[in-house]
Amino acid sequence: MPSSTLASATTEAPAPPAARASGFWADTLHRVVRNRAAVTGGIVVAIFVVVAALAPILSPYDPLKGGLSNRLRAPSTTHWLGTDELGRDVLSRVLYGARITAQIQVAAVGLALVLGTALGLAAGYVRGSVDQTIMRLMDILMAFPGIFLALAIIAALGTGLSNVIIATGIFLVPQFARVVRASILTLREMEFVQAARALGRGDVAIVFRYLLPNSLAPIIVQTSLRMATVLLTASGLSFLGLGVQPPSPEWGAMLSNARSYMITAPHVALMPGLAIAVVVLGFNLLGDGLRDSLDPRLRE
Amino acid sequence: MIAYVTRRLLLLVPVLLGVSIGSFALLHLVPGDPAQILAGQEATEEVLTRIRHEHGLDRPLPIQYAVYLGNAVQGNLGISIQSRQPVATLIAQRFPFTLRLAFLAILVSAALGVVAGVVAATRRNSMLDLAALLGSLVGISLPIFWLGLLMMLVFSVRLQWFPAGGSGTAAHLVLPALVLGAASSGVIARMTRASMLEVLRQDYVRTARAKGLREQIVIYRHALKNAMIPILTVFGLEFGYNLGGAVLTETVFSLPGIGRLIVEGIFARDYPVVQGAMLVVATTFVAVNLLTDIAYALFDPRIRYD
Repeated sequence: MPSSTLASATTEAPAPPAARASGFWADTLHRVVRNRAAVTGGIVVAIFVVVAALAPILSPYDPLKGGLSNRLRAPSTTHWLGTDELGRDVLSRVLYGARITAQIQVAAVGLALVLGTALGLAAGYVRGSVDQTIMRLMDILMAFPGIFLALAIIAALGTGLSNVIIATGIFLVPQFARVVRASILTLREMEFVQAARALGRGDVAIVFRYLLPNSLAPIIVQTSLRMATVLLTASGLSFLGLGVQPPSPEWGAMLSNARSYMITAPHVALMPGLAIAVVVLGFNLLGDGLRDSLDPRLRE
Repeated sequence: MIAYVTRRLLLLVPVLLGVSIGSFALLHLVPGDPAQILAGQEATEEVLTRIRHEHGLDRPLPIQYAVYLGNAVQGNLGISIQSRQPVATLIAQRFPFTLRLAFLAILVSAALGVVAGVVAATRRNSMLDLAALLGSLVGISLPIFWLGLLMMLVFSVRLQWFPAGGSGTAAHLVLPALVLGAASSGVIARMTRASMLEVLRQDYVRTARAKGLREQIVIYRHALKNAMIPILTVFGLEFGYNLGGAVLTETVFSLPGIGRLIVEGIFARDYPVVQGAMLVVATTFVAVNLLTDIAYALFDPRIRYD
């Protein structure tokens, strides 16, 4: 980024042939590692994953147990981040919150990834009326701006962890469908695909051996960026009281409770919000960095 | 151009029909008997039968939908279960507030985002550029509700510059508009930077410089004017997302907007209100997007639509 373009032009120019000789994956990895945003984001995400996995070991206290005699304590040596309105340890709750967050992210993005990729593939490959129908359906979903679609789904299904996953997952389906469709539409006209077809390759082989593998870069980028979107949307729902319900230490739900004590105990609200911001920033950095290093054509 | 607008308007029809089916379906997707939901838990069988008949719930679904759509087109969105007022009246009371908030937020993000984007693009790869890029990414990543709480704590509780919540005066809208505009300004800054970098490479910018124009004039009169065209589309989209973000902002600052109306409606299981408000928000968003696209086509005659 800040390194001068002149210097990078002279030092990097001979690099690609040498890197390519070491293989596609090594070359790709090389480009990702050289991207500062991707590395920074990757480190943040890695820490988040470790915290989510090891929350029971890392947490000094039970995230759900407290004591009213111990309520709204300021940060101290016994409670590093203080205690909340029920005397529960804020640090333990934030650490366990990573777990719930990761669970929502993986399930919701997974749902959107599978559904969106399938729909995008069908639309881009079959085209015609199938494409028209699928894309109009996506237009309808996208007519509800931002969190409204998730709210509508919650209104119909009710609150709770699994409904948050469904709501935020469906909310993201159009994003994946559009990216995959666009990629397929470009790829299917390319010579290597035309050649495969001329050689008598069937539709299944063309889709799974040629089109999907070559669409991986935009899909991976979307996956990282949408992990960030899911976290913002899901914690927003919980903050509104329409997502994951207390006493669960979900970060949005924690903030929602902490609101009432903002003036007397602002430390309770500080950490869950900071946790959301840092993890979202991590996924955004990773996604941006991956976009720049994996697929320079997609650069904004 | 006329053909383009006509085609876009025609494409709008299936989307709006879909949106109306979606909001109609809401009441029927909820587990349980719609009549029971409308009448409340303690309703007797006679009341339920009467409700079913009054709301046409005893008729086939397609007919119910046709009636719902016919009423909606005429501005009749049903009666709120909770307040017994027409849903259209409730929306008319609340929606202008949200629109004003979203509009103010766009002004904030336009001011912050375009300036940051231009500065970043004209000083590419400098520390300022890096700061603008990082700043905009942070803006996009901050949860609106947390930023709102923090701003409230600092500017309302500690410094007491602005009221902590509620509405009525212009001062009540400052913090919410700043909070809501923060995320969009990140998006707009990134878009402005990318668009400016693209334009600054063009021949006419080189020509402008070569004929000795001052750098300020080259940047603002030649480059920015052309770079603004794609940014315009983002304004339209961001306005829509601000409607979505307003749900959270209104909750943080206790503002009487349509977002609050929907959230309170979901809590109270007041489905006519939720259905009506969703329909109005989605229609507005779709209309704003259409207007932005038409403006885009007007401003950039190079683009041909076929």
